[in-house]
Order: sequence, then C-alpha cells, then structure tokens
Amino acid sequence: MTAPESADWLASVSDKDVTDPGRRRFLITGATAAGSLVLGLPAGGEAFSSSDAAENRTRQIGFFVEIAADGDVIIGSNQPEIGQGVRTALPMLVAEELDVDWARVSVKPMPLGLLKTADGYTWKYGGQGVGGSTGLTRNWDFMREVGAIARQQLIRAAAVKYEVAAKRCTTRPGYVISDDLPRDIPYGELVKTAAALDLPDHNPVLKDKENYRIVGTRQKTVDAHDIVTGVARYGIDTIKPDMRYAVIARSPFLNGRVKSFDDTAARKINGVLKVFKIDGPEPGAPYLILASGVAVVATSTWAAIKGRKALQIEWEPGPNATDSTDAFWQQNEEMLKGSGQIVTDDGQYESAIETAHKTVQRSYQIPFVSHAPLEPQNCYAHVEKDSCHIVAPTQMPGGASRAAAAVTGLPRENIHIDISRVGGGFGRRLSNDYVAEAAMISQQTGWPIKLQWTREDDVRHDFYRPGGLHEMRAGLDETGKVIAWTQRLASASKHFRRPNKPDDGLWEPELYPDDFPRRIVDNFRLEYFHHPIGLPRGSWRAPAHTANAFVIQSFLDEIAHASGQDPLQFRLDLLGKDRELEYDGHGGPTYNPGRLARLLTFVATQIGYGDKRKKDRGVGLATHFTFGGYAAHAFEVSVDDAGGLIIERIVAAIDCGLAVHPQAVEAQLQGGTIDGISTALGLQITVKDGQVQQGNFDDYPLLRIAAIPARLETHILPYDDVPTGVGEMGIPSAAPALTNAIFNASGIRIRNLPIADQLKKARAG
Amino acid sequence: MISFRVNSKQVRFDGDADTPLLWVLRDHLQLTGAKYGCGIGQCGACTVHIDGKAQRSCVLPIAALANKSVTTIEGLGDENGQLHPVQQAWLAVDVPQCGYCQAGQIMATVDFLQKHPRPSDEDIDNNMSNICRCGTYVRIRDAIHQAAKLMQKGEQQ
Repeated sequence: MTAPESADWLASVSDKDVTDPGRRRFLITGATAAGSLVLGLPAGGEAFSSSDAAENRTRQIGFFVEIAADGDVIIGSNQPEIGQGVRTALPMLVAEELDVDWARVSVKPMPLGLLKTADGYTWKYGGQGVGGSTGLTRNWDFMREVGAIARQQLIRAAAVKYEVAAKRCTTRPGYVISDDLPRDIPYGELVKTAAALDLPDHNPVLKDKENYRIVGTRQKTVDAHDIVTGVARYGIDTIKPDMRYAVIARSPFLNGRVKSFDDTAARKINGVLKVFKIDGPEPGAPYLILASGVAVVATSTWAAIKGRKALQIEWEPGPNATDSTDAFWQQNEEMLKGSGQIVTDDGQYESAIETAHKTVQRSYQIPFVSHAPLEPQNCYAHVEKDSCHIVAPTQMPGGASRAAAAVTGLPRENIHIDISRVGGGFGRRLSNDYVAEAAMISQQTGWPIKLQWTREDDVRHDFYRPGGLHEMRAGLDETGKVIAWTQRLASASKHFRRPNKPDDGLWEPELYPDDFPRRIVDNFRLEYFHHPIGLPRGSWRAPAHTANAFVIQSFLDEIAHASGQDPLQFRLDLLGKDRELEYDGHGGPTYNPGRLARLLTFVATQIGYGDKRKKDRGVGLATHFTFGGYAAHAFEVSVDDAGGLIIERIVAAIDCGLAVHPQAVEAQLQGGTIDGISTALGLQITVKDGQVQQGNFDDYPLLRIAAIPARLETHILPYDDVPTGVGEMGIPSAAPALTNAIFNASGIRIRNLPIADQLKKARAG
Repeated sequence: MISFRVNSKQVRFDGDADTPLLWVLRDHLQLTGAKYGCGIGQCGACTVHIDGKAQRSCVLPIAALANKSVTTIEGLGDENGQLHPVQQAWLAVDVPQCGYCQAGQIMATVDFLQKHPRPSDEDIDNNMSNICRCGTYVRIRDAIHQAAKLMQKGEQQ
C-alpha cells in the first residue's frame, strides 16, 4: 500500500500532477509515556512484533497528532517550510476535523521519514517535499482524515468510558458532548481510553465546507513569534559540538576544473585547518555537485572565507570557455530560421495561416534568471563510519538523503535528515548539490562541518530559469477571430544533464501544450528547438509559466492592437464561458477558461479599465492558469518623457478554489506579484567567456520597498470547495500585465526581458 | 582583544580584527538572529544596532566595535520578555513568509522610527532599503505604520 520514495517523486512536478497513493494507509494510535494520545502512520513491519510496551510502541508511530491529558494538541508538520505557509495550513486541516481550539495547537517539525522495504524505500510520514504548489493539494484529504480519525477515536472513547452510544455523541472544540453524557468531556480526559482502542476499518465522514471553523479563516503564521524574536532556526543557524566551517572555491568557468592550486598562503590564515580539492562531474554528464573546486575548512566561517581568498588556483576553463549569452541570443535567431521539433499540431495550421485574412508575428526574449533565495545554500553534515547526520534547508529531503547516500555509500536508512526552516526556496532547493558537497567535506575530514555558500557562490552556481527566444504567429479571419496560432521556441531546456531523458523530450518542461489558447484556436502548432549552453538550468518558481504567460499575454495584446480590437474584450471573447477543457499537464486533468475570464473582468473593473486617463498613464491586463490555480493582474503605470516608469497601482486576483489559509494566499499573491515585477524590471544572468557575470545584489538587483506601489491590492475569488495550490499562481501574469500597461501608457512595447533601461532608450531614441 | 557589549552583556573577541561583526555574533557568540545574506552591505539581513543606530554587521570589522554597545534582535525586547512595539506590529500584521530577512527589517525599522516617528510612505521609500526576497513589502509598510502608532501611544501613557 505504501508509495515508493523515488528520485522522480515530485522532481517532475511541472510535468505531471503528483499524488501519493500511500497516504491513505491505515493510521494507528498509541500512547506516550506521559499518557498522551498519539495518532500516526505505522512505522514498519518490525515495529509491532518487538514490543507492546506503550512507550516503545509510540516511538515507532510516524507521529502526526498528539493530544495531551491537559488538552493541548501538538500537530506534526512533515513538509519543508520555505515561506509558503505549509506549517500553518496543513495543521489547520488536522485541527479542523479534530475539532479543537486553534489556540491550543502547537506545531512540531518532523524529520525525513524513510522506511526500507523489500521493494526499496517508502515514506514513513507520507511523501515529503515541496514544489509545484502541491503541498496543500497532496495533503488535503490525508491531513483532514488524520484529524477526523483522532476525533472519532475520542468520541468512541467517551462512549466506552461512560457507556453511551457513540452515534449519540458529537464534539465541540476540545470536548465530546452528548445529552447522554453527565457533562461535556474534555478530550484530555479521554486520551488514555482512546489510545487503547483499535481503529475501525472505515474512515469517518469529513466535514462540509459550511461547518468549517478554522479552514478558510484568517490565522497567523505559527512561527511568527520565533521569527520576530530571532529564535527561528534556519539551516544556516545550525551549531553543533565540534563543528567546523567550510567554504568551496568553485570553478568560475562553466564546466571548468581545478588545474592546480597553491594553498601556502591560505594555510597561514588564522583558523584554517584543511584545504583540499573537490572533484566536479564530467562536463555534460549527470552530476551530484555542480562544480570542481577547492574546499577550505576552518574554525569559523570568516576564517574559511579568508582562507579561500588566499588560495591561488589555476583553472582549466573546459569545454564551455567561449560560451556567452550574447552568442546564445544570436544563435537562437539562426535556429528559428530552420525547422524544429513539432510537438503539438492541431488542425491544419499551414493552410489556416496561408488563407488568413491577417497575420501577426512577433518575437519575445526571456532571459536566464537566478533564484537568489535570501538564505544562501548551506548544509550541516556529519559523516561517521556507519551513519550520517544532515541538517539542510531543502525543498526535497528525500533528494538530500539520496545525495548523502551517493557520496558516502551508506545505506539510506542510516542517513538522518533534519529539515530546518528554509530561507526561501523558489525551486533552487529542489536540487541538493550543496548537501552532496557538505557530505564530501565531512567524509574527507571526519569532522562535523557546516558548508556555507556566499552570495556570490549562490548567484554563480545556480540552476537558472531557462532563457529562450519565442517566435509567435497568429492568423485572423475577417472578423478578427484567431484561427491559427503557433509558438516556436528556441531555448536551453530545463532538463539539464538528466539521465534517461531522450533529446526528443527536452521540450517538455518548456512548452506546456495545453496552455491557453490551445483547444480554443483550432489550428494550433508548437515547435521546439533545444539550444544547449553550459549554464545549468532548473525549476524556477512556476517554471515555464513565467516565460509562456509573458509571451502569450503580450502577444494577445499585440494581436488586439494590430487588428483594432480592445485587448480586454478580445481576451474575453477567446476565453469564453465556463467549461472544462482538457489539460494533460500538471494542474490538470482539465481547466476552465471561464474562471480566467471571471478574474480578468474582476481586475479590469477594479482598476477602472475603461476610465479616461491622463497622457502618459495606462493600464494593462493579463491572466494565466498555473498548476491548477488561476490568477489575473491589472496594472496602472505612468511613463514620463524621459522613460521614467512609475507603477501607480496593481490589482491582483486569485482563484484557488477554496482558500484554506487566506492569510498565506494573500501573501503568496503579493509575493508572487512582486517577484514577477522584480524579475521583469531588472533581473538577468548573463555569461561571457564561459563565466556568469553577476554575483551579488549590486548587479542582481532584487526590488526594494521603494519600487513597490503602496496600492497593491489582492483579492481572493472563491470557487467551489476544493483548494488548489497558491505558491506559483501569483507570478506568471504579473510581468505581461506590467508591460501591457507600459504600452498603453507610452506606446513602447517591451518584447525582451528584463525591461532595464529600454524605456529610457526608447524615449531618447 | 576587542571588548564590547552585546545585548547589555560585556563580551570579548580575540580573533582577527578584520572579522565582520556578523560572524562574531553568529559563530562565536552563537547569536544567530542576525542573518547572512550578501556580505557586502546590500540586503540588510544582518542589521543590528551599534549604540542605538542600525548598521549592517556583515561589513563592520570587529576592530571598529571597541567599547561599543551592540543590540541584536535577541536583545530587542525588554528584560521581562515584552516585545518591542515594532515586533508587536510585525506580529499583528503577520509580516513574515520565509522570515529570513525579518530580523534585519525589524532592526532597521526601530532605528528608522526613532528618526521618523510619524513616517510617510515617502519616508519609508527613502530610508528602508532591506531586501525581502519573498516580497513581504506591502505588509512591512503596514507594520511600520502600525508600529509608529503603537510607539506614539506608548509615549502618551
């Protein structure tokens, strides 16, 4: 019944919706030595044959919820918290069905739980890992079932203890109640009896939306107090006895290598203990770590950094020494003159475009960008003879376990992974290269070490969002209706050196075929050209949606203008009414373009889309379906004569079905919007002579508060009673709404990101 | 040997004089509330107070700290565990997402509000420059205004 824990689990979330069939395993109950009721997953075959002692038994339960005799409730959080609010949202689901006062709940982090079985490794605490905005959706049923089963046991315990009929009992927060009971019985008085009861073989009925007391209400972030007092512990805050500090000087050349190094000066630095070479992967081959380099281990972080500075390293520049993004962009144009791989071909595109009354063609360029989470990569590792302990800020603790196992050769059941709070993810920490590095250094030295990346390390050794050139062409009939559509993309695929990925599948993470307007425009073609470059690529928040939403939503605006149509009405006509269209990718199996139309109409109304505006002021709109959720943006901007841009106002709206944790939904929508405009305005990674040119926030300028309009309004439009994820939905439509507004205000069309100084140049020219 | 005060306690550091205060706090004093984000004074995650003024500790050599008084996020509340009004406002607005930058944001705000007790949005724009990668800026702005009100109320009592 248990789901296998595999390398592909969630690693390909953008390709397929991930479900965890193992989550519906039989929950079990037990008691702690202190007399609390514990409910969780069975921890493995031998757990129940060895001992029946309550204490031992408890230890072997994959703990999820514990109800103490005083009525306090501890709920286990099995997922990494990267700022998306999962440590609050999932316990809210448990507490809802358990029917407790949220104020009595505390949340406790759980480590990675793996079990070895005859068929490989399975999850002990259910699938663990966050990406693809799936944290809530994957756990929606399971976490509610955990709460409901615990409540059911308490009701049954009351029935046994007071000899009343269970079906005549119900609960109010924290109490079992019934006219047959002598009084309302606090949960705490029932835990001992409940712990001794077996679970029935059918699951209780879950609550209807109308009866929710916690789900959908505004609750504060559970860790907020720890954060504002500085006691919240991130990976970087790990301190262990006898721990040493390590940094690595990594090859500045993509796929470069250490040719030789002189550590004489480095070893003289006060506190430097050891200096040694780290071998990188073969160029182009699957990788465990990204770069060849030299490790410096010292008694403090600063000593290690100083030691690294004192190293004399001669680099072998390697096969990508002449790579440059300038050449990459030029070659993209050349590539698009040829023929690529047709990956989607509906209807009769060729004849439709030939016979079209009017055609529109435009090209858009999307740069490589870095994740730059504010907590740079770091990892604590202590590799011993038979075991290994890792503390890592990671989105994928299972991947961290695999990385440590690959380095050390230890069986994974002997590798203990603690998941720290994570200072931002954005997809960077789906990769665990820094965990492998830390394990290498600990293994080589025999010491417990904390590996620290500097900001420069982080910006220069990332798995970047793929850059690409998109050529769009549409054919319209006499009425202005789109009858043919093509997107031709030359990009460096996100599938970077992945084993067992055929070349003809490299398009899959770059073009999501079922995105709007497929199945609405009959003659529809997608064509892909993979363009290799040494720059590593990976999942960057909402992966290809950020590129494709910008391209599609900009192009729709351009088609509307080129054919004399209103950009809003033109979009609404295309989107049409509520209906489910097939959507085979992540977020499917269907989507409803009518929900996009509803959001678009809403944000347009809020911003006063049709209002008369001053010269140099304009509004722009965009909407996009991302991994199951829907969002739209309206921007109002002004552009002065010198090309100065002011974002006057933003209206953002999300339809995430049922908003379980509205505070976090709003935060993600605000944050996604800001991420979208920060990236569109000024961020890009460039390569020259085989080296990344950016290194820190002076040349990779994330937005600061002054650039954020005071009027950034967020709205949640409820729909139905099932939640979607929210972590990525707020970003894709932000950038095109901004650039569409810029066009409306100034007549300047931004087709290449980032916007940077293009407005100033256009005004000057 | 450098002698200085951290959160009202006398401390000494006998390592290299060029060691940034941030790493002295984090590695040697095990005060990990101030965070490393950039190492070049850009992001402000490492903001602490030196004699009451906000400074970026990642670019502040320990040699400059002789006889100074340092306050970190751990020492911002009073001795009885009462949170500073800026911390209270941060909680009331529920500012944090990943939370990594927030200690620095709070320390920067405390100093900012000393100079601008009734700040306008423009004052905030001109003076608050710490980076938040999650994009909590809308709530940071709200919390700054709320903190200003809380502090004024406190003064009136």
